[in-house]
Amino acid sequence: MAYFLGLLAALVAFWLGNSGHYKPLMLGFGGASVLLTMILAYRLDIIDREGAPYVRLPQLMKYYPWLAVEVVKSNWVVIRACLRADLDITPTLAKIKTTCKTDLARVTFANSITMTPGTVTVEIEGDKLLVHGLYESGTEPEGFIEMDKRCAAACDPKETRA
Amino acid sequence: MTAAALIAILIGMVLLLVRALMGPTLYDRILAVNAFGTKTVLVIGLLGYVMGRPDFLDIAMIYTLINFVTTIAILKFFRYRSFQVPLARRVDPAKGGE
Amino acid sequence: MGDFFANIGNFWEFLRHPLGGVACLAGGLLCIVSAIGVLRFPDFYTRLHAASVTDTSGAALILIGMALMAPNWLVLVKLLCIFIFLFLTSPTASHALVNAAHVAGLQPRIGPVGAANPEDEA
Repeated sequence: MAYFLGLLAALVAFWLGNSGHYKPLMLGFGGASVLLTMILAYRLDIIDREGAPYVRLPQLMKYYPWLAVEVVKSNWVVIRACLRADLDITPTLAKIKTTCKTDLARVTFANSITMTPGTVTVEIEGDKLLVHGLYESGTEPEGFIEMDKRCAAACDPKETRA
Repeated sequence: MTAAALIAILIGMVLLLVRALMGPTLYDRILAVNAFGTKTVLVIGLLGYVMGRPDFLDIAMIYTLINFVTTIAILKFFRYRSFQVPLARRVDPAKGGE
Repeated sequence: MGDFFANIGNFWEFLRHPLGGVACLAGGLLCIVSAIGVLRFPDFYTRLHAASVTDTSGAALILIGMALMAPNWLVLVKLLCIFIFLFLTSPTASHALVNAAHVAGLQPRIGPVGAANPEDEA
C-alpha cells in the first residue's frame, strides 16, 4: 500500500510539474492519465519495491552529494588525459569484491563506479565486480572501499549489514 | 554566450560523427551514437533558450528516454538477433518460470 | 533590512544570466574535450571513459547553466526531470554497452599506451 501511494504521489507531482495548465478540464485529463497509469502498473504487477523505491530516499540523499564530489574529482583526471599532448594512459582490468548484500546496494555500487569517469563496471558475478579503468592507480581495490561502505550504508537494510 | 555553447556542442557532435563513421568495431559506433544522443538532448534544450522558447525542454526530456531505449534495443538485437527474447531469465522453477 | 534583501534580489537577477551563460559555455567545451578523447583513445574500453565525461560533468554543467537562466519554475522542474533521467540512464547504458562488448569477446588493450609505453611509437 505504501508503494501504491508513493507511485501515486510521484505521478501526480510529475504531471503537475510538467503541465503548467491548471484549468479544471486539464486537471481532469491529468487525473485520468494518472489513473490509467496506475491501472496499467497494477496489471503489469510492478508496484513493488523496485517500482516505487522511495523508502531509502533519505539515506540515498546523504550518499549522492559525496558521489558528486567523487565524480568531479575523477572528471578532472580524465579531462587531463584527453587533452595531454602525448597519451600516457595504462588501461587496467581489476577484480573488486563488494560487501553489499542486497541487489539494490550492488546496483548502486556498480552504477556509481560506472558513473565516475575513468572506471567502468564490466561484469557483476555474485559479489565480485570486474572493473576496467583508465589508469592503474585509479583501479586499486583499496580505492573502492569507501564507496562500497557508503553504498552498503545507503541501501542495505540494517539487519543484513555486516 | 548560449549560442557559443550551442556551437561548441555542435562541434563535439561532428567529432563524434567522425568516430561513428570510422569506428573499427560495432561497439565504437554504438558508443558514438549514444554520446551523440546525449549531446542532442543538450542541444535541443539550449536551442529552446536561444530561440526564447523553453517549451523545447519537453522534447529534450522525451529524447533522453528514447535515447536510452534505443541503445538497449540495438544492443539486445545484436546479441540475440531478435527482439522476442526476455531480457531477464526466470531461474525459480517453483514460480512457473521456464 | 528589506531594502537589503531587495538589493540582493536585484543583484542576483542581474548576475544569474552571465553565470548561466558561462556554465553553459564550460559544459560545451567539456563536450568538445570528451569528443576529442573519443577520437584519440586507442580502443573501445578507453573511449568509453572519454564519453562518460560528457554524460556527467558536461551535461550537469549545461543543465545547471540552463537552470540559472530559467524564466519560471516550470522550466526548473523540467530541467530537474531531464537531470534525473540522464543520470539514471547514462551509467546503465554504458554498463550495457561494455558488458555486451565483453560478452561478445572484445578484448581490452591492457598495459601502458603511448608515452607511458617505450615500445609504442604512437
